[in-house]
Amino acid sequence: MATETSLVTKLGIATVAMFGFGFALVPLYDVFCEITGFNGKTAGKYEAVESQQVVQRDVDIQFLSALNGSTSISFKPNNRSVRVNPGRTYEISYRVSNPHERPVVIQAVPSVSPQLLAQYLHKVECFCFNQQLLQPGETVDMPMRFVLDQEFPEEYAKLSLAYTLFDVSEQFPDLIAGAQLASNN
Amino acid sequence: MSSTAVGAEHHDHGPAKGLKRWLYTTNHKDIGTMYLVLSFVMFLYGGAFAMGIRLELFEPGIQYFSPEKYNQMITMHGLIMVFGAVMPAFVGLANWMIPLQIGAPDMALPRMNNWSFWILPFAFSMLSMTTFMDGGAPNFGWTFYAPLSTTYAPPSTTFFIFAVHMMGISSIMGAINVIVTIFNMRAPGMTWMKMPLFVWTWLITAFLLIAAMPVLAGAVTMMLFDIHLGTSFFDAAGGGDPVLFQHIFWFFGHPEVYIMILPAFGVVSAILPAFARKPLFGYTSMVWAVASIALLSFIVWAHHMFLVGMPLVAELFFMYATMLIAIPTGIKVFNWMATLYQGSITFETPMLFALAFLVLFTCGGLSGLMLSIGPADFQYHDTYFVVAHFHYVLVPGAVFAIMAGAYYWLPKWTGHMYDERLGKIHFWLSFISINVTFFPQHFLGLAGMPRRIPDYALMFSDFNMMSSIGGLTYGVSQLLFVYIIIKCVRGGEKASEKPWDGAEGLEWTVPSPAPYHTFSTPPKVD
Repeated sequence: MATETSLVTKLGIATVAMFGFGFALVPLYDVFCEITGFNGKTAGKYEAVESQQVVQRDVDIQFLSALNGSTSISFKPNNRSVRVNPGRTYEISYRVSNPHERPVVIQAVPSVSPQLLAQYLHKVECFCFNQQLLQPGETVDMPMRFVLDQEFPEEYAKLSLAYTLFDVSEQFPDLIAGAQLASNN
Repeated sequence: MSSTAVGAEHHDHGPAKGLKRWLYTTNHKDIGTMYLVLSFVMFLYGGAFAMGIRLELFEPGIQYFSPEKYNQMITMHGLIMVFGAVMPAFVGLANWMIPLQIGAPDMALPRMNNWSFWILPFAFSMLSMTTFMDGGAPNFGWTFYAPLSTTYAPPSTTFFIFAVHMMGISSIMGAINVIVTIFNMRAPGMTWMKMPLFVWTWLITAFLLIAAMPVLAGAVTMMLFDIHLGTSFFDAAGGGDPVLFQHIFWFFGHPEVYIMILPAFGVVSAILPAFARKPLFGYTSMVWAVASIALLSFIVWAHHMFLVGMPLVAELFFMYATMLIAIPTGIKVFNWMATLYQGSITFETPMLFALAFLVLFTCGGLSGLMLSIGPADFQYHDTYFVVAHFHYVLVPGAVFAIMAGAYYWLPKWTGHMYDERLGKIHFWLSFISINVTFFPQHFLGLAGMPRRIPDYALMFSDFNMMSSIGGLTYGVSQLLFVYIIIKCVRGGEKASEKPWDGAEGLEWTVPSPAPYHTFSTPPKVD
């Protein structure tokens, strides 16, 4: 019954491999989305290249904001819409205020629509790269600097960038504890 | 094989007595019986939830169940029916029939077989326990989309996750057993292309199980990590993506729907030729059709997610790939029709169920084709049209095929003929009531009634009442099936070796009821 044992072994390995494949789908999905830009996520920090040519073409970028779940944090773009030329660096900002009497940690998650244009929006600096700590009652303008790729497809003249704000205080108790300690001293 | 040796020494060696027989058994017939009984109990249990759902939807407004309770009922209904009723019923049929059909003395891995059965009662007990926990049972639908099943889930979700793990382990062990049995234990002369189609469809189903169930296990494991270990697989705030959950789930979920239908194709391919008294038309193309359906099932998953915001190319890819499945499925339907053509057909109960399968499964397939059209799906998505579609392929599809198989092989299992008159009454009650239940739901869906909501607009009242009357009738009719089975087990007209004169296959060469050990010496197949 040597063949039986080896068949069972092979099938067992196939099972374990498929279990692994389920987990491999997580990075594969990210890589796939990054290459194709399918899910409208913007990439990480972009190193601006000085020699870029500015294209004399107007593209309107609209800025949107949304809050995840029931949080009373206020979160709004200071610029609703900006007309830009591909290749030039711009800065806009979002205003966020914490109405609570306790510090909160927030995380903004970007999404570009149409999704396929996400790959042409390069962020030089963004508050969405990290979690932000907000002191009780604090209001801040969070800057975002970006450049639109000069290969931005000609058939588009408009795109929107939406940020959803998540209250992640529970996930970052260390930051909260640190802030409370600092305010007590 | 020790069991073969024992069987050869004492030819009349029978089962042990009492409870231990069932606890310790490694006999494929005992295990098959236990699977079938368990799946029928689960069918009634999941059916009870369905009765609750139809009761609530009998009239507009909230009557009997709170929306929270309603959500828990639809979730439990789906989970119990998929993992408790349909899948174990096919595993039960496989256990009973595969060794008999390929001339093997037992399954290849009898101890694992015992284990894979006995995990299930514990898995379903664990799942049922959640009803009595704080926050109630899982309430996120059988598809358990994150973040409903992670961030917003009731605490009982952890028990649900472990129950799914156990069901998965059981199915995978069952699948490995089926594959090893079919590869290694066919009687001499039983070549690949001589295997009965039920064996073929199960072999392919077993490969689907091995490829799909571990991915489901991975998905629920990620949920477990997200809930308890602070990871962010599906949490956007931590860099994860809820849409990823849907991709992983449906990568399992779409093969899963074929896991529930391919063995049904096998059962029907055995019954139609038997009662049309003609060999199955296009055997080879049937095998290839099943294999191609199985392969295609891995590249169509995102047609369940046309509305998540995929780009056009992806929508088109999944739309065309899905439509492609209609080709092998169409081949099967045409082959079945050609089998019936000019046959001397008689309409015993198994044949009635098989014919109803052929007609109603095709109806379900056609509404599936409508749903596969991306732009049309934008309208149909998450409406009762989808509910009508998948119930047509699952109830008069998979469940009717299981019923047909049960009636067809009952004489072989029990040694008695079932009551034909009652069987026909059971069929007609089921056939009429299932159509009264689900046909109006097509119209409800097209008119815009959403799924998974305990209340509805007044304009949907008439069709919902009709559907509820059908549903409750169908539910009650199944109690008749319980009576027919019990009556058949206890007595009735003696069944001969081959009670159906047109039936083909090795299972009809052994006496009825099939002795505890069969094919201790392999039969010769020419």
